[in-house]
This record gives sequence, structure tokens and C-alpha cells, in this order.
Amino acid sequence: MRKLALNDEILLNIEKPARYIGNEVNSVMKDKDQVDIRFAMCFPDVYEIGMSHLGIQILYDMFNQREDTWCERVYSPWPDLDKIMRGEKLPLFALESQDPIKDFDFLGITIQYEMCYTNILQVLDLSQIPLRAADRTEEHPFVMGGGPCSYNPEPLAPFFDMFYIGEGETVFNDLLDAYKDWKKAGKSRKEFLEMAAEIPGIYVPAFYDVEYHEDGTIKAFTPNNPHAKEKIEKQVVMDVTHTYYPRKPVVPFIKATQDRVVLEIQRGCIRGCRFCQAGMLYRPTRERDLKFLKDTARALMESTGHEEISLSSLSSSDYSQLPELIDYLIEECSARKVNISLPSLRIDAFSLDVMSKVQDIKKSSLTFAPEAGSQRLRDVINKGLTEEVILDGASKAFQGGWTRVKLYFMLGLPTETEEDMKGIAHLAEEIAKKYYEIPKDQRHGRCQIVVSTSFFVPKPFTPFQWAGMFRKEDYLDKAKVVKEEIRAQLNQKSIKYNYHEADVTVLEGILARGDRKVADVLEAAYKKGAVFDSWSEYFRYDLWMEAFEELGIDPEFYTLRERSLEEIFPWDFISIGVTKNFLKREWEKAMKGEITPNCRQQCSGCGAGAYKGGVCVEGKN
Amino acid sequence: MKVRIKFAKQGAMKFIGHLDIMRYFQKAVKRAGLDAAYSEGFSPHMIMSFAAPLGVGITSEGEYFDLELKTPVSSKEAVERLNQVMVEGMEVLSVREVPEGKKGKAMSLVAAADYLVSFREGMEPGENWQEKIRTFMEQPEILILKKTKKNEKEVDIKPYIYEMEIRGESIFLKLAAGSVKNTKPELVMEAFFAFCGQEFQPLSLLIHRVEVYGDLGEEGERRLVSLEDLGEEIE
Repeated sequence: MRKLALNDEILLNIEKPARYIGNEVNSVMKDKDQVDIRFAMCFPDVYEIGMSHLGIQILYDMFNQREDTWCERVYSPWPDLDKIMRGEKLPLFALESQDPIKDFDFLGITIQYEMCYTNILQVLDLSQIPLRAADRTEEHPFVMGGGPCSYNPEPLAPFFDMFYIGEGETVFNDLLDAYKDWKKAGKSRKEFLEMAAEIPGIYVPAFYDVEYHEDGTIKAFTPNNPHAKEKIEKQVVMDVTHTYYPRKPVVPFIKATQDRVVLEIQRGCIRGCRFCQAGMLYRPTRERDLKFLKDTARALMESTGHEEISLSSLSSSDYSQLPELIDYLIEECSARKVNISLPSLRIDAFSLDVMSKVQDIKKSSLTFAPEAGSQRLRDVINKGLTEEVILDGASKAFQGGWTRVKLYFMLGLPTETEEDMKGIAHLAEEIAKKYYEIPKDQRHGRCQIVVSTSFFVPKPFTPFQWAGMFRKEDYLDKAKVVKEEIRAQLNQKSIKYNYHEADVTVLEGILARGDRKVADVLEAAYKKGAVFDSWSEYFRYDLWMEAFEELGIDPEFYTLRERSLEEIFPWDFISIGVTKNFLKREWEKAMKGEITPNCRQQCSGCGAGAYKGGVCVEGKN
Repeated sequence: MKVRIKFAKQGAMKFIGHLDIMRYFQKAVKRAGLDAAYSEGFSPHMIMSFAAPLGVGITSEGEYFDLELKTPVSSKEAVERLNQVMVEGMEVLSVREVPEGKKGKAMSLVAAADYLVSFREGMEPGENWQEKIRTFMEQPEILILKKTKKNEKEVDIKPYIYEMEIRGESIFLKLAAGSVKNTKPELVMEAFFAFCGQEFQPLSLLIHRVEVYGDLGEEGERRLVSLEDLGEEIE
């Protein structure tokens, strides 16, 4: 039996010891003496969050198919264990072998959201790996990053040896092969990084120099090593059917956030909402083959024993063979007593019919994401959802027996006026009215409309990457406008209002569009005790502001400024297929309130056509 | 058909709590392809019930749950199929059919359990603790302070300690279990440490459950039968 890294005394005195013992169903054990490469795959947040992430499951399966590689998992120790590990100087370990991460060949970290950046430093620190790549030696693993936040890796640049820009299924095998050659040749750390830098999609931050203008913006971003590429090209899997997909994903003992089979039906989104980073990063939209999905769904249910299956994609309603897939799942799942969960469906007659078959109407609620309160602003953000469609959907849902509706909006969008904010309250009121139009004897008591607003954070590689943000107080004022307007509505008792925290928004904005200078602030904030920033009970805005103050860096340089069209962005050296010119056009159209049709209606020439696949070639073969 | 499944929980699995073990078996039964019965409604759940939840940190070779099956299966095949989908540390020991009625209700049947308790090195209740077990059990009563929500009260647990003796390096305990007289081995050992004049730390114990029993006795007479023996092998 395996010897655990933590002793009984520790495991019996911390919350949920199951987070740290591995041994889960479908986790992969290998003989460490029989492999050449040991890869630790990390999601820098608590186990239950990290285990819910499909990307890691895909790469874990793909790497472990290689006989020469053993890929294991590691997550952020929760603060209770963090404290003990620091006190006793215990090195962070991988779940499968329970061996220290510092003895691995690679530590791969998926970076899914900005508020996990301090946890990356926590993982390095607890692993007893130097925080900065420059301080690592031949004894240390190569630390690499990937995932959506690596599309602006600059605030994290000094902490990583390399970043993988794009989808993991593509060039990882080349990288691992190169590593084996390097290891056999017994060359220096720098020489491996030079080999890696030649592989498409791999970015080695140490091989680039940044020069700044006096105003703090970037003057030049240039390679300082002959092996480093001028531009890093995003790597994309063009055939999403004949590729890696885990048929035996790891099943946690404790309830993870996603305690279900996750079936990714497509990548990308045809819609082109101007605030949405995923919608641009994952272009072009690529659908998985229906037969493959049916077969995979069945295999996953058999190998995991999960009681629920969920479809995953940015906009499931746009999957062209959705009715066929759902019919199949309803039949298969009812025989197996597996529940179906269907997020991100547009509310229309089809989806209401499907949902009434798979959910208890009385217990479930319907979700709309109008994102903005007025049609004008919805046109600015290119959210192709009209008030008429929303009211019609709500009306149909109420007639079908639903009484609960959730509405999601953003505050702080470009060009937003007070009328747009108040529009949120008015839309909620109109929906409530639709409910009370139903004769009293045919409805079920009061309806419940939950309005949630988050504050908009401009992200790299979106048409809104030029947009300015606001101060914390301004955000709270915006939420107050909505709150008061809701209270002034006739059906206010049926409307509940929640809003997101403003200080997290400000920090997320800084990290999202930050440059290399932000890295020092990140390290300073971590050293002051900032960690688990995405958990409101642990988030310490004051520590971050102290760090900015002490380093003499102005946080508002990153937030308040509306960028000029000429500015060189920290992430401009990355190419995602979608061109900066297209994003500029979209930004200018947004300012004029002009909408852009979706990819299936009409090609807008975004640049992703260069990949020659997915929706860009639909109907052309 | 109602079956009673006996399993062992060892090694690292002792850190998995009772609720998560229930979830684990719901998934395991699905993976094994056993045709379990489900409740009605939009989120059907498997009809299963566990006997005597085991605390975190305790290992066992005598855990039980009852499961309703729609399609009969032989004991041999069921054990094999379940063991093919277990993780290290979990092993299905037997699958037996139990009749409807009293014998078929694992939860309400539980009356006693056997434990082996040993000590972590250097955490024994003083020297010569082996010799003190007899005198400990010869006391007219064994009083412990039981904390309730409102106050503390003294309770005599001696009637609930059915057996206590040395077995090799360990202490064997046969204790009352179930909803009314449930007596945890930690409680008995705490009293024993106090009897030995030693300070008690829960961590000093290594507890292993060996068996769980039902009581078939009548009119106050005790006749303990293991939950497994209340069922019959399925051919």
C-alpha cells in the first residue's frame, strides 16, 4: 500500500482529508522507475474546484497514455493544511505517488481565472520551488502555464519557465519528446528552454525584453534569444472528434463542484459577444461528431458511475445536432437512472420542452443572460438577445409551470448610462408582469425573479480590450442605482437583487490586462499573506493595495485608462487567429451601437478562417 | 431481491467519511452494472441503507449496507463484479440475500459491534496496561461524563461493554451498538486511560472494527448474530 505524504495526526485534524490522499476511481498509478517523465498537473485552487475541470482530465488521460510519462495531480492545500505544511516544512506532493513536486520533471499549472494567481505562488512556495524562474536550477522542475489566462501571461511572466498558448491536445507530445532528448543529452536548463521555444505555441518569457515609454505603456517587446519566435501562434485542434477525450475520468470521493459526467460537445462560440474572451480565444467554433458524443457519453457513464451528466460548451443551443443528441441522452439516461443537466440553453419552445422532460419544473429555475438592461446597450455588446425574445421565453415558461427566473447582467459596460442601469429593473418588472398576466387560478403563488449583476472586466483579445474601468465606489454606485430602481417597481416583492463584490472586480481588471510590472506586486501581495483571492472569506484587498503603494505602482494605470488604438498591449506578441484589426473594427462598431451577425449568418472576417476549419468551412466542403 | 453487502475499508480509505462512502457505493453499483432499484421521481436515487456509520480514521472488515436489486444475481458474481470496480483499500467480502421483515433491515437491526484497539507507539496508557484490563472490568460501574446539548451527566457504560480482553497486541471489545445504546470504542478507552491514571488523546488509538451484529434474542436475553449470517448465499 502507498505511504501517504501526511501522517494520521495531520490528516485527522484537517478539513476533508480526502483532498490529499489520491486513490480515487480511475486515478492512474505507475511504477516511477519505469517512466522517463514525471509530470505534475496543477489546478491552483482547492481540490473540489480543481477536480471539476475538464481540461486537466483531458491532459491527464493524454499524458498517461504515453508509457514513458506518469502524469499526476496536485491542487492548492486549503489554509488549514497550508499552515501545517509551512510550520513543519513539509513539501507539497502529488496525489498519486504522494512524492514531492520538487522532484518532478514538470509542474504544469492551468490558469483559469485571475484571482488564482496568488495560489500559483502558494503552490510553488509549498513545493519548495523558487518562485522566480531565474532562481531555478537543474534540480528543479520546469514550471509551465496554460489555460485562458496564459493569453496574457505577462503579470505571471517571471514565475514561469514557459507558457503553452493554445489547446493542450496539439504540441504537448512534441514538447515531452524534446524533453526526453534533452534529458538524455544532459544539457543545461537554458538549452531545454531554447528547444521548447522552437515549438509552436510555446512562449519562454525569459527570452523576451520589454521596453516602456515614459507614460508606462509598452514601447517594444523583443526576443533576446535567437530561438525565440517573434509571434506565438495559438495552437488549435481542428478535428475535435478524432482527438483525446478521457473515457475514464477520475471520480473523486468527496463531492466536487462538478460531480457529474461532463460531455464537451463543441469548442468555440459563433455569437461574437464583444465582452466575451472565450468567444474570441476559442475561434473557430468546432463541433464534435454526434456519433462520437453518443458513444463517449455511454462509456463515461459506465466508467464513472456518476448519477448525472452535463453538456459543456459556450452555447449548447448552437450545437447543430442538439435535438438528436438530447433524444439519445434522454433515452439512455432514463434506463440508467442518470440525471441530465443542461446549462447554457437559450430559452425557447424546444429547450422548454426538453427541460420539462429532464427536470422537476417546480424545483428548477430558468436562466436568461441579457447582460445589459437596454436594447441600445445590448447592441453595443453584440448580445443578440432582444426584449421580445426574453419576454416571450419567460411567458412560455410561466405557462409551462415554471415560477422562478434568474437574470444575469453586467454593470460598467462601455457607454453605459443611468438609463441602461435602470433598464435592468424595468426588464425584471416586465418579466414579473408576464407572470401576473396568467389568471390567478392557473398560477402557483408568487413568481421569483432573481437579478444578479457582476461588474464588467475588460479582457485581452476582446473588442473591449481598449475599454476603461471604474473605481470601486463607482461600481457600488451603479449597483445602488439598480437596487433603488428595482425597489420602485410595482412587483418589487417578486424581484430579488444580488450584486458581485467591487474590490475583486478592480483587482481582476488589473491582473487581466497587466504587464510584467504587476508581477512584483503579485509577489509582494502574496508575501503579505494574500492567497485564495477568489474566496471572499480570504480575499484581502488591503494587502494588495499596500503592495501597490510600497512598490510605487499605480493600480489605476491598469484600470481607469481607455487605451488608444495605437497602444502596444502586453499580449500583442500572441496571435489567436482573430486579428487586432477585426477587434478594432468591432470596438468602433460597438461605439456606434452597430451589431455584427453571428458566424453562421455571415462571416465577419475575424481572421480565424486562417485555421481552415470548424464553422468557417461549414457547408463549403 | 434485497441483498446485504459486507465490505472492508482499510488503509487510506479510513479518511473517507460515511456520507462519501455512501456516494462511493452508489457509483460503484452503477459501474459494476448491478440492476439496482431506484426511487421514483425526477432525481431517482438508489434504494440502499447503511448499518452503523463508521467514524473517520477507523478501519473495518465488517461494514454493511443493504441494496434492493431488480434482477437477481449470484453471490459469487456480485462479489466479483463489485471487486472489479473497487479502489485500493475497499473490498467487498460477501453479498447475501436477506429476507423481507426484521432481518432485512440492516439499519434498525444493529445491536453490537466488535473492535480491535491498539495504541500508536509511545502512546499506550502507561506501563503494564495489559494487567489493568481485568481490574477495570471488575469495577461495579464505569462512569463517564456524557455531554448533552444542555448539560453533562454521569452515565454507567459498564452494561454496554459486553467483552473486553487482550488479543495479541490489541484490546478486543464487544460493545453495544445501534440507535439506543450505541457505545463508541473511544469512549471506553477514554475511561480506561482515566482508570490507568493517564491522560487520554484520541489520536493514541488505532481502531479497527471487526464485525457488526444484530440481536435475535427475546425477552432481554442477548443472542448476537453477525449481519452477514442473517442472509443467505445466492446460488
